Amino acid sequence: MDSHLKAKELLEENKTFIEKPNKQWFLKVFILAVLICIGLYALVLQITKGHLITGMRDNVVWGVYIVNFVFILGLSYAGALIAGIFHLARVEWAKPLQRILKLITVFALIVGPVYILLCLGRPERLLNLFLYPRIQSPITWDLIAIMTDLIFCIVYLYFTYIKDFALLRDNSANLNLYGWRKKLYKFLALGYQNTPEQKKLLNRALDIMAAIIIPTSIIAYSLLAWLFGMNLKVGWHSAMTAPFFVLSAVYSGIALLIIIMWIYRKTQRLEKVFTDNHFLYLGFSLVILSLFYGYFYFSQYITDWYNIQETTNRLLSKYMDFSQYGIHFSVAIFMVAFLPSIIIGVPWFRSINSIAITSVFVLAGLWVMRYLMIVPVLETPYLPMQDFRESWVHYSATWIEWSLTIAGIAICVLFFVVASKLAPIIPISEMLEKKGENKFVIFYKTRRKLSKG
Amino acid sequence: MKDKKSNSRRKFLSTGLKIGVATAAGGLAAAKILEEPPKKSEKIKVLTTDGTVIEVEKPANDCKINPCSPAKGIEARKGIPGRSFVMVIDLAKCKNARKCVEGCQKGHDLLPDQELMKVYLMKDNPESEPYWFPKNCFHCDNPPCVKVCPVGATFKRTDNVVLVDADRCIGCKFCISACPYSARILNWENKETYASNDPDYSPETQTPGQHGVVSKCDFCPDRAREGKLPYCASSCPMGAIYFGDKNEDTVTNGEETLRFKELIKERVGYRYLEELGTEPNVYYLPPVNRMFPYERGFSNLSEEKKEILLKSISKP
Repeated sequence: MDSHLKAKELLEENKTFIEKPNKQWFLKVFILAVLICIGLYALVLQITKGHLITGMRDNVVWGVYIVNFVFILGLSYAGALIAGIFHLARVEWAKPLQRILKLITVFALIVGPVYILLCLGRPERLLNLFLYPRIQSPITWDLIAIMTDLIFCIVYLYFTYIKDFALLRDNSANLNLYGWRKKLYKFLALGYQNTPEQKKLLNRALDIMAAIIIPTSIIAYSLLAWLFGMNLKVGWHSAMTAPFFVLSAVYSGIALLIIIMWIYRKTQRLEKVFTDNHFLYLGFSLVILSLFYGYFYFSQYITDWYNIQETTNRLLSKYMDFSQYGIHFSVAIFMVAFLPSIIIGVPWFRSINSIAITSVFVLAGLWVMRYLMIVPVLETPYLPMQDFRESWVHYSATWIEWSLTIAGIAICVLFFVVASKLAPIIPISEMLEKKGENKFVIFYKTRRKLSKG
Repeated sequence: MKDKKSNSRRKFLSTGLKIGVATAAGGLAAAKILEEPPKKSEKIKVLTTDGTVIEVEKPANDCKINPCSPAKGIEARKGIPGRSFVMVIDLAKCKNARKCVEGCQKGHDLLPDQELMKVYLMKDNPESEPYWFPKNCFHCDNPPCVKVCPVGATFKRTDNVVLVDADRCIGCKFCISACPYSARILNWENKETYASNDPDYSPETQTPGQHGVVSKCDFCPDRAREGKLPYCASSCPMGAIYFGDKNEDTVTNGEETLRFKELIKERVGYRYLEELGTEPNVYYLPPVNRMFPYERGFSNLSEEKKEILLKSISKP
């Protein structure tokens, strides 16, 4: 009973941002819609005029689109992985973050694969992937992984919403909502009444889904990494590729989580929910991940560099050459490997805002690192580059690619804006469950009692 | 209850069987009807050595391999039986005349910028003399490009040839990035002669081309059927490109025909980037005892292009 009252209170506190949208909300949606429309215009141009209007050519066949694909899917898998671990480990302070993480997972998983379609020369033949599938191809692995993961993540996300939909249904009389939304909540809550039986079943389902989602996301992202690792290319053809990808994904996921928390805290006044401690804990994990990132990168680099091969030499010298990728590389590696240790590690610089701004830099730096992992490698084949056309030798993305990149981000943000209007961005019911209330399903039966009592 | 169930299953099976037999019989009959009528052989008049004119059957246009027309659809995936095509390029003879590039472009209806055969300027070490290096697809026995294709649009045939089925290709470009020899290109630009699902299209000729799909050197198996050399080999003025059959152990540049194994053994033929384990079917003869100094190859290139080439072979 106590928790029910508290839920009402919390809902009351946060009702402004799920109630009927105001002008400001529509303005947000309008701006995002404009960005998406510019992207759609670029897409129409690309389809009618062909891929020649992008920066991609015979050597650099994968450009910004694939960078986005890798980056966005990384965020998705990170969201699933972190949410699953937090849930299974029953991390109490992380409860308010659960919904944001799961929303990142699903939205990124929907938007990410679109970039693969943009990259296809003949997108209308996509069905061939199902008509003539070849299991030898990493693209088929990826296809299976993404589809599996998408289904699991949507189911998981929905399960975590059920309790809140029920809460909204029961309290809809106090809220200023459109009539159809009340009906929608009733439908989506699936008759959940919070009876002990229902509660037990739902909690069990959540535990199982969390346990499934952790390996699924690691496997799926490794398969994506092997899209590159399976190429006989200097810079990609390495055993480090998959673990490095997974690490970068988790790193970018934490950074994005901090940014989203910060935005909601600033705009929706959620200081009580997203506390200073959240920023500190996640900030410190950002520091640890940045050191891991630096370690992984250094380990890869020094192995390549110590006994350098000819083609590797050509590739690495591009990162060091300030007329080519030197500036991008040194700035990006500083942002992802050193900046968190300085800004978050040194107490004098540490604050909520500085942690959030560092996260923005980290996220941008990771995007650039992905770009540097893909484009210069494609520009460094075994044979010397002897094309006389400059655009064939050096890749530079055109406005078509950039506007579609922005449109993709806008779609993700739009999803977030709509989702946080539909239901609270914090899992209210879950947050109010008492510590130890949910028994473990996965680790429930231990052979011996670990401790008495 | 149980009896009824099994009974109905038996009934179902027997009906299914009957339908199956009927379909098969119908199919056979249809195939019989669709079979082409036997062709009337054309006769030509020939003068014999003793002065009389006789009529003999006209040979079907110099056809060496049956069927003579380029294979289409599923047939194109099988390969010409008993053949094992191989190419040998004599680097000592190449002077960057670029006739192979042009011949190939003409034959495959390519744009002036699209090169399935490319000529590189190479330099193996700082001390050695640069040399010209014509490079097409190596038609590897362990092709990295075929492995990664998600739809089986690119395939390896029994006659060593690796082809692309442009009707199936989705343009994901994975094969382009997987190929360590940069042998593949994409049709980035649209062209008037391009057509999708054209009935005349054969992966062996790659014409008519298509927009947004991958293209590559095809070893011209359609020309081999007619007993002709690939476009590049037949248009090389120096006879640097030999094409032939490993099973017959012969390669020819149109003027001289050589034993393949002997040639590779005696001239120490090698395969480019052997260490990658791709098992190429294009062999190179080292550029020793050259017929021309490499500078001769710059004669049909502008000064600017010459500088780009020389810069690309200098160490970073």
